[in-house]
Amino acid sequence: MSETVVYVPGDAAAIAVGADRVAQALQAEAGARGLALRIVRTGSRGLLWLEPMLEVATPAGRIAYGQVAEADVPGLLDAGLLTGGAHALRIGAPEAHPYLRDQQRWVFARSGIVDPASLDDYLAHGGYRGLRRALGMLPAAMVAEVEASGLRGRGGAAFPTGIKWRTVLGANATQKYVVCNADEGDSGSYSDRMLMEGDPCALIEGMTIAGVAVGASEGWIYLRSEYPHAKRALETAIEGAVRGGYLGNSVLGSGRAFHLRLRIGAGAYVCGEETALLESLEGKRGVVRAKPPLPAIAGLFGRPTLVNNVVTLASVPAIFEHGAAAYAALGSGRSRGTLPLQLAGNVKRGGLVEVPFGISLRALIQDYGGGTASGRPVKAVQAGGPLGAYLTERDFDLPLDYEAYAARGALLGHGGFVVFDDRADMPKLARYAMAFCAAESCGKCTPCRIGSTRGVEVIDRIVGARAVEDRTRNVVLLRELCDTMTHGSLCALGGLTPLPVLSALDKFPAEFGIASDAVAGS
Amino acid sequence: MTPQDASPADPRVLFADLIGEPGALLPVLLRIQARLGFVPPDYVPVVAEALNLSRADVQGVLSFYTDLRSEPPARHALRICRAEACQAMGSDALQVTPVPGRLEVEPVYCLGLCACAPAVVIDGALHGRVTPERLATFVADLPE
Ligand SMILES: Cc1cc2nc3c(=O)[nH]c(=O)nc-3n(C[C@H](O)[C@H](O)[C@H](O)COP(=O)(O)O)c2cc1C
Ligand code: SF4
Ligand code: FES
Repeated sequence: MSETVVYVPGDAAAIAVGADRVAQALQAEAGARGLALRIVRTGSRGLLWLEPMLEVATPAGRIAYGQVAEADVPGLLDAGLLTGGAHALRIGAPEAHPYLRDQQRWVFARSGIVDPASLDDYLAHGGYRGLRRALGMLPAAMVAEVEASGLRGRGGAAFPTGIKWRTVLGANATQKYVVCNADEGDSGSYSDRMLMEGDPCALIEGMTIAGVAVGASEGWIYLRSEYPHAKRALETAIEGAVRGGYLGNSVLGSGRAFHLRLRIGAGAYVCGEETALLESLEGKRGVVRAKPPLPAIAGLFGRPTLVNNVVTLASVPAIFEHGAAAYAALGSGRSRGTLPLQLAGNVKRGGLVEVPFGISLRALIQDYGGGTASGRPVKAVQAGGPLGAYLTERDFDLPLDYEAYAARGALLGHGGFVVFDDRADMPKLARYAMAFCAAESCGKCTPCRIGSTRGVEVIDRIVGARAVEDRTRNVVLLRELCDTMTHGSLCALGGLTPLPVLSALDKFPAEFGIASDAVAGS
Repeated sequence: MTPQDASPADPRVLFADLIGEPGALLPVLLRIQARLGFVPPDYVPVVAEALNLSRADVQGVLSFYTDLRSEPPARHALRICRAEACQAMGSDALQVTPVPGRLEVEPVYCLGLCACAPAVVIDGALHGRVTPERLATFVADLPE
């Protein structure tokens, strides 16, 4: 009998809910029964509420089983797991699952499918076709391809990627750098982590294309310390790429050099800001730099540096493989292509949903998410991380689009959505936003450093005040404070913290103990 | 458990291979901490001299980053995620009293497990969909 392959995610979220124990139990039980079985640790498909979700390779394709606990393993084997047998936990073909069926996976095409530790598996699934095409192009044509795709930065600011690449290409220097921002600090965001764990080769390929395009022979990845599984996956993938000739002094014999280094952060949210990140890479305190100069002109060690997010860079291979036009054909308005959205918090079916821009929040939260995990009504959704606004039912028809969100005073950020049910305490969440800013401020500007601490105190006074006049007076103070932070901060940490604070206040004035007309007065 | 090797006679052997790296200070401090569990204060001048920096530079970096510490860690470390997605799933109910020398309890702001919230990490092991009851069991099951 030939051996059966069983895919068990090695994704950190799957591990956190027991995937390692399931893999061990499966190995042990198969051994005891004399079954020939080989376990491959993949990334996650992104149906995270079904994790641990394992898949069995059968002649009819892969068959998935979800929410598997180690105690289920003997019963699953009895039911004929290795031939895709019927069982209460059987999901069937993962691609046919409603959650995956209508997704359009460009960036996450391979995650959960390939063995992230295997270069051969990456190649067998279309890997490095993008780089091969890119190597046949002149740098200016490569940059033009990225511009034509309409790709914008997925790290939060949504800056057009092609323009950034063009600036670095045009900068005259003997040494340039490509820096990958893998600091993913936003609550509700985990697409960078999933990509690095599930398909790290795609990030390496994207960085290599970027390096060749802008004329940088060195790439640095700045990875947050909270992601040790991603670290191991990247280390293995980098070794594989070096061995295979995809990294080194002459990438695929092209005569162009590209080397990669991996650096680990040390627990500072602000180091996700690109200039603080560069300071940190230089070994210093993560203090934000004033711009200009742009990193594209004077970045790491003063050299022209391309800083892009993990998902931005991992989008590049597919753009080169399938062509900019195919990518740009997807999306809405000036938001082109796909965005891997992340559903998190109090949601029934949390997971990764990669779809073209334009989908409504309602479809995302209700159709994909299935509403709250608690079964209670959705009260608020924080979009775009700790610096993002709280949205409510009234915003649910907003199309997912950078400009549409901005027009509503909200942001898409890194595409994370945190769902809260009707028990959410909005003043407490507003206070948390201020306290987070105070704790994570790099300290360079007063409105952020002092303002956020004052913000915490003022919110405490609003919540603690008995007289409505006291509350109203402190609300006015809070608004002034937010105004100062918005206009007087060097970076978005101080500049955008007012967004969650004021959206909570404006949408739930009664919880702050004030009448809604007091809100309109600003 | 956090690794805690004995301090070598010459601290430099811990990080000699990193000295030539560009921007070596942070990697050096992280290496020392990975080996010893913390960065002993008497390492500050040694690192400063090895990297040709001032003590203030080294101290400044040491104090800036949450992960870096100057005192030895307790035997066990519990980090409870206090960020929004975990709050939405009731992380406020996850409360554990620290035990000096034995168990440290620290907040962490997002472990990237936000779809399996609330999340904690105990001695490096990740746990999602944690309930107060399960957390109590994890803590009770920690080896002495
Ligand atoms: C406080 C703060 C934190 C940030 N954190 C991240 C992060 O974790 N990851 C990221 O890619 N970008 C982050 N950014 C955005 C970066 O500054 C920068 O815009 C991004 O890395 C550029 O890459 P992109 O154009 O590919 O998005 C952050 C910005 C600020 C102000
Ligand atoms: S806004 Fe805050 S984090 Fe940003 S530069 Fe100013 S002090 Fe630093
Ligand atoms: S918010 Fe807790 S893991 Fe992300």
